[in-house]
Amino acid sequence: MIHLFSLGVFTEDKIGLLNRTTGIFTRRNISIESLTVSETELSGVFRFNIKIKTTHEQIQKVAGQIEKLIEVLRVQVFEEDETIYQEIALYKVPTSELIKSDNIERLVRLHSARILYVGPEFMVIEKTGHKEETQQLFADLEPFGILEFVRSGRIFVSKSTENLISYLSKVESHPTQLQPIV
Amino acid sequence: MTSLKIAFAPEAAERKHKERITGSEAIIHSLLEEGVDTIFGYPGGAIMPFYDKLYLFQDKLMHILSRHEQGAVHAAQGYARASKKVGVCVATSGPGATNLITGIADAMIDSTPLVCITGQVASPLLGTDAFQETDVVGISAPVTKWNYQITKASEIPEVLAKAFYIARSGRPGPVLIDITKDAQFGEFEFEYRKCISLRSYKPVPELDKTQVEKAADLINKAKKPYVLVGQGVLLSGAQAELDAFLKKTGIPAASTLLGLSALPADHPNYVGYLGMHGNYGPNIKTNECDVLIAVGMRFDDRVTGDVKRYAKQAQVIHIDIDKAEINKIIKADCPIIADAKEALQALTAKCEAKTHQDWMNEFKACDEIEFDKVIAKEVYPSSGKVTMAEVIRHISELTSGEAIVVTDVGQHQMVANRYYKYKKPYSNITSGGLGTMGFALPASMGAALGAPERPVIAVIGDGGFQMTIQELGTIFQFQIPVKILVLNNEFLGMVRQWQQLFFEKRYSATEMTNPDFVTIAKGYQIDANRVEHREELKTSLENWLNHPGPSFLEVMVEQEENVFPMVPTGASVSEVRLE
Repeated sequence: MIHLFSLGVFTEDKIGLLNRTTGIFTRRNISIESLTVSETELSGVFRFNIKIKTTHEQIQKVAGQIEKLIEVLRVQVFEEDETIYQEIALYKVPTSELIKSDNIERLVRLHSARILYVGPEFMVIEKTGHKEETQQLFADLEPFGILEFVRSGRIFVSKSTENLISYLSKVESHPTQLQPIV
Repeated sequence: MTSLKIAFAPEAAERKHKERITGSEAIIHSLLEEGVDTIFGYPGGAIMPFYDKLYLFQDKLMHILSRHEQGAVHAAQGYARASKKVGVCVATSGPGATNLITGIADAMIDSTPLVCITGQVASPLLGTDAFQETDVVGISAPVTKWNYQITKASEIPEVLAKAFYIARSGRPGPVLIDITKDAQFGEFEFEYRKCISLRSYKPVPELDKTQVEKAADLINKAKKPYVLVGQGVLLSGAQAELDAFLKKTGIPAASTLLGLSALPADHPNYVGYLGMHGNYGPNIKTNECDVLIAVGMRFDDRVTGDVKRYAKQAQVIHIDIDKAEINKIIKADCPIIADAKEALQALTAKCEAKTHQDWMNEFKACDEIEFDKVIAKEVYPSSGKVTMAEVIRHISELTSGEAIVVTDVGQHQMVANRYYKYKKPYSNITSGGLGTMGFALPASMGAALGAPERPVIAVIGDGGFQMTIQELGTIFQFQIPVKILVLNNEFLGMVRQWQQLFFEKRYSATEMTNPDFVTIAKGYQIDANRVEHREELKTSLENWLNHPGPSFLEVMVEQEENVFPMVPTGASVSEVRLE
């Protein structure tokens, strides 16, 4: 059965590692639903947040193959209910249209969105939420003419108590304890 | 990279002072520091600074000039497998680098330690479609254990130290290091320290003692336990530990293609060879055993046949150093993620001394069936054309099973590995997982240089021979003493066999009109002969084997011979066909 999984992949800073990681999905004909990459609070350690739909069996195999990559420090696999997750969306809308309408305040309030920027040509509204929520605001803003829209991949924190970064930080402060951790 | 992520061996006391050298010279010093004395390669524009420095180190670093980069990488593979060291090959950028890819993919799937060094255009030209520029780091990513592009000379020692460490440790594999031309020219203060640890890489997992106890319990209670030996045993150097385990527990053991020679063919517990063209008993007994102990093998589809009908009745103990292999194909009831040597030692200590004579006899009964239906007629034929099997039987006898046998891919490969009676470990070098035709001739050169004290025989079909035939030039130039055997059936035999069995004999594109191989070999001034009749076979084989230096023998064999037993694709191992 197909489930939605979130993978947290902690890596060293290495050119080409993202290529190797996505290659593991490509090779198995698995589509990546969303992907975000950023540096963690620990300098030099990066985190890929990967959202994919697949089976329990396949996710374990894929996670094993990713963890096997040399610069990958750890792979965490979570099901939907094991994470708290969020996405961010930005909406660029013509200022004139919104000003004409008296709906803008209601929409922003209703969607718990916020206005990031107002200029003579356009304004930018920001909303964080799950995909259905950001999509709903898109639908509500559409009549005003959306000039540009972007939605980020999913970022998440797990409900697990394991904290890889604090472990790594300890290692960083005591280099003599350097031990392979995967 | 900072020292927090990578650890190096402490500096040796007698180390010379740091000296300022070029990147090219640093590559050479790094290789020498890693104990490399033989490399295989082919020069070209982007790797010329390296070759220029190599000129000054010819006495320390032997360079074997192949005739094609694919030849260089297969030679490095053969060298690694025969010597148990890391094989090194060098190529230029662009086509030089892409020509390595087949061999790198082969080394990846067969876990062969390689360090491949490629030249690259100067760093300011990266991404400009410069002459002979190709993204080899991108291209090689899926088929390397690790790769890295060096753009500064000062990175060379650290990256090469890491490359050798990664290639040889844990489950070995190929590493590619791409070095831009300006990094080869750049100067810096050279200092080399071996890499001993990386924080993101644990090559040898810690043995879980509770899993060992669980496995021992399964084995002690088993009525029909059965061991499958993979290449992991050889890579771990666990032959003695395997022998001790088998002798104590009395368990029958079969080998995968790459595991061959880990046990001598006459080992009392050895019951034969597994897989699509393996022996009869080892295949069908897989579905009759109650505990299956897989040691350093990965349940390749050529071994398992239909996985849905593979060893379903058995409790599976899977010993492998690579965690990602566990449950990849066959669910393990008791995984032991560890080095085979350590795991077998621990397991032997916990297992009870037993014999399983009745169970062992069941294998012997299967052997008799196989002998009557298959072996007798192909190994001891009295009429018709020469068979591949009788050629191998003679070679096995003439060399007393002591040779390294390097095989290509196809019918001859299966026959050679069915009938050569290996006595010593590290004697079977073949392209297993990737099935690379053209592998054997160059790999045999590497094997001969990697194990100069041993006779090396390359067994090749007429198809595969022509894929890397140019390496006869390398063999001639360096007088590499390989004995080359071409079993010529004027067909791409294995494909033809499938066409006969599964495609109603439509022999599409499998018939070969071949050149005169003997004349070609003689053109390279290699001693060469052809055998067409059974009466000349033995004498010709003796002359060929006894010839000092390289020698070539072509044997014209039965054209439409089939390799049996056979587990057809999609069939279960218990449906192995004998005819």
